[in-house]
Amino acid sequence: MQDILDQLEKHREQARLGGGQKRIDAQHAKGKLTARERLDILLDEGSFEEYDMYKTHRCTDFGMADTKVSGDGVVTGWGTINGRPVYVFSQDFTVFGGSLSETHAEKICKIMDLAVQNGCPVIGLNDSGGARIQEGVASLGGYAEVFWRNVQASGVVPQISVIMGPCAGGAVYSPAMTDFIYMVKDTSYMFVTGPDVVKTVTNEIVTAEELGGASTHTRKSSVADGSFENDVEALLEVRRMVDFLPLSSREKPPVLPTADTPDRLEMALDTIIPDNPNKPYDMHEVIAKIADEGDFFEVQKDHAKNILCGFIRLNGSTIGVVANQPMVLAGCLDIDSSKKAGRFVRFCDAFNIPILTLVDVPGFLPGVSQEYGGIIKHGAKLLFAYAEATVPKVTVITRKAYGGAYDVMSSKHIRADVNYAWPTAQIAVMGAKGATEILYRSELGDPEKIAARTKEYEDRFANPFVAAERGFIDEVIMPHSTRRRVLRAFEMLKTKKVETPMKKHDNIPL
Amino acid sequence: MFKKILIANRGEIACRVIKSAKKMGIATVAVYSDADRDAEHVKMADEAVHIGPPPAAQSYLLADRIIAACRQTGAEAVHPGYGFLSERASFCEALEREGIVFIGPKVKAIEAMGDKITSKKIAAEAGVNTVPGYMGLIDDADHAVKIAGEIGYPVMIKASAGGGGKGMRIAWNDAEAREGFDRSKSEAASSFGDDRIFIEKFVVEPRHIEIQVLADAHGNCIYLNERECSVQRRNQKVVEEAPSPFLDEATRKAMGEQSVALAEAVDYQSAGTVEFIVDKDRNFYFLEMNTRLQVEHPVTELITGVDLVEQMIRIAAGEKLDLRQADIGINGWAIESRLYAEDPYRNFLPSIGRLTRYRPPEEGRHGDHVVRNDTGVTEGSEISMFYDPMIAKLCTWAPTREKAVDAMADALDRFEVEGIGHNLPFCAALMQHPRWREGRLSTAFIAEEYPDGFENAAPDPQTAGRFAIVAAVLQRIADERRAGISGARFNQSNEDMRTRRVAVLAGADYPLSITQEGDAFTVTPEGGKAVTVTTRWRPGDRLADLEIGGERHAVKVERAPGGFRLRQRGLDSRVMVLNPRAAELNRLMPEKAAPDTSNLLLCPMPGLIVSIAVEEGQEVQEGQTLAIVEAMKMENVLRAEKRAVVKKIPVKAGDSLAVDEVIMEFEK
Repeated sequence: MQDILDQLEKHREQARLGGGQKRIDAQHAKGKLTARERLDILLDEGSFEEYDMYKTHRCTDFGMADTKVSGDGVVTGWGTINGRPVYVFSQDFTVFGGSLSETHAEKICKIMDLAVQNGCPVIGLNDSGGARIQEGVASLGGYAEVFWRNVQASGVVPQISVIMGPCAGGAVYSPAMTDFIYMVKDTSYMFVTGPDVVKTVTNEIVTAEELGGASTHTRKSSVADGSFENDVEALLEVRRMVDFLPLSSREKPPVLPTADTPDRLEMALDTIIPDNPNKPYDMHEVIAKIADEGDFFEVQKDHAKNILCGFIRLNGSTIGVVANQPMVLAGCLDIDSSKKAGRFVRFCDAFNIPILTLVDVPGFLPGVSQEYGGIIKHGAKLLFAYAEATVPKVTVITRKAYGGAYDVMSSKHIRADVNYAWPTAQIAVMGAKGATEILYRSELGDPEKIAARTKEYEDRFANPFVAAERGFIDEVIMPHSTRRRVLRAFEMLKTKKVETPMKKHDNIPL
Repeated sequence: MFKKILIANRGEIACRVIKSAKKMGIATVAVYSDADRDAEHVKMADEAVHIGPPPAAQSYLLADRIIAACRQTGAEAVHPGYGFLSERASFCEALEREGIVFIGPKVKAIEAMGDKITSKKIAAEAGVNTVPGYMGLIDDADHAVKIAGEIGYPVMIKASAGGGGKGMRIAWNDAEAREGFDRSKSEAASSFGDDRIFIEKFVVEPRHIEIQVLADAHGNCIYLNERECSVQRRNQKVVEEAPSPFLDEATRKAMGEQSVALAEAVDYQSAGTVEFIVDKDRNFYFLEMNTRLQVEHPVTELITGVDLVEQMIRIAAGEKLDLRQADIGINGWAIESRLYAEDPYRNFLPSIGRLTRYRPPEEGRHGDHVVRNDTGVTEGSEISMFYDPMIAKLCTWAPTREKAVDAMADALDRFEVEGIGHNLPFCAALMQHPRWREGRLSTAFIAEEYPDGFENAAPDPQTAGRFAIVAAVLQRIADERRAGISGARFNQSNEDMRTRRVAVLAGADYPLSITQEGDAFTVTPEGGKAVTVTTRWRPGDRLADLEIGGERHAVKVERAPGGFRLRQRGLDSRVMVLNPRAAELNRLMPEKAAPDTSNLLLCPMPGLIVSIAVEEGQEVQEGQTLAIVEAMKMENVLRAEKRAVVKKIPVKAGDSLAVDEVIMEFEK
């Protein structure tokens, strides 16, 4: 009997060694951890349960029959993050370069199916050279099986991808369809076609890092939602993020006990709006002063910085925040910020995460490049996302809410539940100067008259009361009591229930 | 007594004066510029009068506006605070013409002491020690030796046109005097084209020590002992204390009596300060007299129990000084740290902006020490570019110097200031400096001890060990809290797993074990002794109050990946707390070089260049304003990310730029 038990241990040991010590050392030399080491960090100590440890590929071409490695280049199973279960797969670069074979894909598909069935997130740690070329179309089929499951799982369980090495070609499309993508600086890259092909086809000379490194994808392309210094930091921060998310759309977001008091006043918010309406202030401060413990998990913080998206907690419960950032482009809406916030709002709505919107928006960014780029359709994404969201929505207008952007930013009219404004709010079609120049074009030659007209317009509209008179604003609140007011509003909305018209699915302007 | 006074100042000193006036039952009037509309001194005063736009020259320095404000409000007297109009004789005269009392000395005294040469002459005549020197020019080397002998060595031989150390020689004997004269003369001739040479006493290891005096209109004058202000950075006082650790009773008495003599010589009536330079043998020499309330007056108040502002008001109202010299003692020790909005990590570059967090330590008596904080700001206040960048004056008092220093270190640890760069870490580091703790000071102290500026040092082994313990405790509390997350279905760890932790800081591992019982933790560093730590810290608290092995510690805490950023005593460290396996894996992570910041300043958004603040060839400091770009009718300030030299500026003000266009190029 003992022999048999020992044999199991031997099998396991061999499987755990993956591609062997030499390749493990090579992985370490690159500053990367191995697939199993990564899971040691991501999951609670001792919580990982591995499946399909002994699975091997079935390929016989190109001499593959002789080279079989237990596990076939990916480690799969489940474990816990702070006691809450998650399914994981972690590609093993030490085995066939982490390349995806039919069986490798089967392992991923198995845990994805279980995740959807059991209502648990899927976290994928990607470190793969791409398709297992020896397998040809079988490998491609494997990819597509994963893709299909990404789509089926979308909106059912949170899917998080961490790119911790190469992720190129068709392989990028699985992470692309997950909810969040994180990257590790300097050791990960993602692209559809690599630098060599780019050079051949377009004559552009570019390094892998420039083409698809963390900096490119977090700043320029917005493919990635964030990046971290190294493997350890990335995995620890993913743990932190998971603490904000419900395990599935069947659940409410988690509640984390807090010692922060619900009625904490923040007197400094009474002075944050500068006297000069053209002077910026940092919306991060407003968010930090509202949030439990000042804790804000920001998403896409390096891209479209004119809008802030991320998670906070109020009274322990997760809330998604969308906020215009006056520090960047005056907080206007443009193509990038609309896409960024639109996707974030839809994630929150899919997973029952209430949305707090902080508004200081002077309008949409004018410009040829914006119009040519399709700001009409992209701006509509955010509008659409807010309008279709049925989770509790609370809006606070801190300063400007001008024009169409006012409507878009979770206004009463598109069914925000509670709309507050600070006394400094200005809700109008446009700024007073612009409005006067249109309304009193004939008086433009007379600066005195224009100044008087501008003043008249300001007095009438540069306040929240015109909107409040119509019930578009439920209450004008003191900035220092924002946390308390917003927190109470969300508590009140916890029992919100809405019926939506039956449909197969909506048709958001993509 | 006055019924109503006006305070012709702003910030902390206006608040300070209002406090005393309130205590005396006197109504107060504040004045304010546009920039100070919501300032604390305006809120504290009974009335406030707007006196103009933000620049001081158009508001706080306009005597007419102040006088108009007095007439408008019926204020009978004006307290000028320090700076602004406080030592302007013409202002006193103007007030006098209006029948408004100036709470300060008479015009004659201000004028007499306002001029360096006159004041020195009056001082000498009053029997005050002045730096010995030869007022005339030196003819030749023999003459130099003769004069030097009369003054007494060491002497400083310096060029009349000198500056920057050129043409300056120190001589300790006749031979050096002879040689020094020749060399200074030739250097002066070649450097300045002016070979005139002076000789004066060279003060060795000079200390800045000043005497506070109080004099009334009835011929009474007393001294309230000394303050030492030797801790200076580029002639700006940073830390002051009273008494001085250097003076003996005889010197103190001599300095006090000479100060009184000088005050009497100019018929001084108010609070004033006589500044001396003191050499290593306790010879003291008159520098100048400040005819106003000094910034650092609180330390004197703390050791004498005298409210100097109250005394100034009483004297101005014509009351007789009810204090006699015999009433003035030295009770304990007081220290003041000036908190400036100057970033010590960026070569003390002024840092303006909003105080997103401002939580001073609790004032009042704590056990055997006292904390006092004179300030004019609150959380959310703006440190404006228009005025002095002082945020607060933090003072501590304790029975002994050592305890006062410890109290200051602790008070600084508890002082939360965020949103702008400030010198708190520098002051906190100073409190740990052995030379400061021993009181071995000179005005060159900072220049000698921090020749390359101030940098965030790696923590010493003792601090590192303590940070490791603190982080482990905080992480344990955070972990326990996290385990309470709703939906946790699996028992996360057994006690053994929760006990073993590795704190990682400054690239080193600190393995330890930790157990918890309520708010008490037992931490045992590997190979070390068990330490008991108690704390009521909760996740999100920005200040952790801990008792570590019986010692109280306040540590500033911020969450950071895998752990915390801890700040205490001028040290700023990131600490991760990992389980042993994660720590083992963490050791495999590569050390990354600082990110290669590009040598280009790119336009961050499509916009209009409003202004370029620097020139080609100029050296810029990290954080310095480079250019202002207007986009969406908002002005965005672009700042230098690091110290650099501007190589090329291909754009100019008024240019319209696309995103990522080059605004300037720096030398590699």
